[in-house]
Amino acid sequence: MDLKVRHLLGIEPLDAQDIGLILDTAAAFEEIGRRAIKKVPTLRGRTVVNLFMEPSTRTRSSFEIAEKRLSADSLNFSASTSSLVKGETLIDTALNLEAMSPDFIVIRHSQPGSPNLLAHYCQSSIVNAGDGAHEHPTQALLDAFTIRRNKGRLAGLRVAIVGDIAHSRVVRSNIHLLRKMGAEVVISGPPTLLPLEVERLGVQVALRIEQAVEGCDVIMMLRLQRERMTSGHIPSAREYFKLFGLTTARVALAHPEVIIMHPGPINRGVEIESAVADGATSVILEQVTNGIAVRMAVLYLLAGGRAAEAKDAAA
Amino acid sequence: MRLLRGARALDPARGLDAPRDLLVDGGVIVAIERSIPAADHEVIDLGGKIVTPGFFDMHVHLREPGFEEDETIASGTAAAAAGGFTGVACMPNTQPVNDDQSVTEYILAQAARAGSCRVHPVGAVTRGLRGEELTEFSDLLDSGAVAFSDDGRPVASGVMMRRALEYSRLFDVAVIDHCEDLVLGDGGVMNEGYLSTLLGLKGHSRVAEEVVVMRDLLLAELTGARVHLAHVSTARAVALVREAKARGVRCTAEVTPHHLLLTDEAVREYDTRTKMKPPLRTEADRQALLEGLGDGTIDVLATDHAPHHPDKKKVEFSLAPFGIVGLETALPLLLDRLVRPGHLTLSRLVEAFALAPRRILKLPAAALRPGAPADLTVLDLEREVTIEASRFRSLSRNTPFGGWTLKGAPVLTLVGGEVKFSALV
Repeated sequence: MDLKVRHLLGIEPLDAQDIGLILDTAAAFEEIGRRAIKKVPTLRGRTVVNLFMEPSTRTRSSFEIAEKRLSADSLNFSASTSSLVKGETLIDTALNLEAMSPDFIVIRHSQPGSPNLLAHYCQSSIVNAGDGAHEHPTQALLDAFTIRRNKGRLAGLRVAIVGDIAHSRVVRSNIHLLRKMGAEVVISGPPTLLPLEVERLGVQVALRIEQAVEGCDVIMMLRLQRERMTSGHIPSAREYFKLFGLTTARVALAHPEVIIMHPGPINRGVEIESAVADGATSVILEQVTNGIAVRMAVLYLLAGGRAAEAKDAAA
Repeated sequence: MRLLRGARALDPARGLDAPRDLLVDGGVIVAIERSIPAADHEVIDLGGKIVTPGFFDMHVHLREPGFEEDETIASGTAAAAAGGFTGVACMPNTQPVNDDQSVTEYILAQAARAGSCRVHPVGAVTRGLRGEELTEFSDLLDSGAVAFSDDGRPVASGVMMRRALEYSRLFDVAVIDHCEDLVLGDGGVMNEGYLSTLLGLKGHSRVAEEVVVMRDLLLAELTGARVHLAHVSTARAVALVREAKARGVRCTAEVTPHHLLLTDEAVREYDTRTKMKPPLRTEADRQALLEGLGDGTIDVLATDHAPHHPDKKKVEFSLAPFGIVGLETALPLLLDRLVRPGHLTLSRLVEAFALAPRRILKLPAAALRPGAPADLTVLDLEREVTIEASRFRSLSRNTPFGGWTLKGAPVLTLVGGEVKFSALV
């Protein structure tokens, strides 16, 4: 079985079969990370350009490690070193990179739709590593992988996502993925940070975090950017924590075996209490670990690899 | 003399829709008869094609002076003529802004030198479009301005808009407003709704348009002045205008072909050619606009022709400038997509796109009668065209309609009796 897409622009264009394929393939690659020699020759001779136009530590390192473990050659461009600071447009940058014939361009950019723009102009497979408030598909995939490892399934689970919904690409990708895989999603956050008609994405909206987390299997907290205070979306970090912070008391309202997730980086005491972030129900660091296998799977499948062969590739 | 023979003459103002021959001389129509002998006239055989009073686009950006890489008066008016327009009114957001006589006169001089259709400058309401001090309305009108607008950078201050409307009463001239509260608009780049949420693009609230529509209608009522609402785009805006007209407020409103034909669904692929202000709205809005145009709530069709050099649009969606070109696509789109299926009658099209704009701007009426200027458009309802941006007369290519095949197009444009465009075979 193959992926039905050439690029990973988002979760929205995928179907449940594609998502299942990526998650299964990731499971086959996971073991490599536990070896002493964490490298397979699967993508030897393939070139990956990591075009990061926005600061990123986690995602970028995760992609780099995934590429290295697959033996791909990778090249890193970031906003400060690229010619975009010299006034070159994104399309010109992409065409120049394209002229060096990479197999993949992994792009992180503040502008929604920028991966779509690259896909329009480039032959390479484009992997969206986060585009503005649009999508962050590999994050949703690693989240799903983490949920599946802990809960054994996605279908039928109740997932609460809490925080700055309006500006979050993570939430959009997660909503698409969880809905496609048959999970129930309830979102919560201050109404100033809920985008219009968000229910049409197939989610329930709860204005109180207590309602959102009640009886749920997974709680996913989103990072609150400091600038939301100065832009008038919320009055203070203090009041935000009072209304939406994830505390031990609030976790107690959820299913007894709830898991706590966060895409990072976390703001302790703003959206999540340290006792929860570091507690037994937290899988926040496991998410980071799983990101590598998921990104390996994505690159492998986009390169034309087949799921059945992934086990051999990993062997 | 030039003889247009075998036309179907359509002039809703005169209740005329019948086969006619038209004789043109010295820039005016000298005779309209059932049959005029060819004599030694230069004969143009129209074989049943429709001749109408020349179409007029009261909302275009010709970009000159200042942005000649986007459009010039020569290229923009050539585009207009090729689109069937015999005249345009051009917006003042040039560089320098058309806020004083010298700029108005420069535009008219360029139009006289290189123009392919009549050009009527719209003066700025405030100096430099800064929204602070009124321009010299009287001087600008003396130089040839036909209305006032801070289009592109709408008058934010309610009190300044009130002053502009009050002052305009001295001249009974229309103040045209691009209704948008820029603060409430909050930097939105597409309609705020399900699709902006899905695409992660910043939404532009319909309310940002509607509050200014409401403000302007109330101020027009208060001052007794004439306000013209440019390119309304929401169902509520149409309802507000309808209600104000019923109260007797002196207001007129306009709609663009793109708001009548597209919705925010068109933005899905982040194509910057679907980015304009006001943004494409929803199907319910589109239906309300069609209804408003049909029942006369909306008086005018106008393109808001907004050329941008291709480089400026080849960027990320949020970074691209707002606006699309419209002069060379408007009539084929309306003929094929609205007139042909019966959503808009041909006479309503002529009324809203040829007669009403001149009335609002107090320009001489275009009419199919002896003595009227020979500003004429000939439409061929059977002519099939495919929109090819690369072949536009306009210097810009920013249209979302590229590749559309349409039936019905302008095939001849006469301005003052001169052939400015012909696609007759």
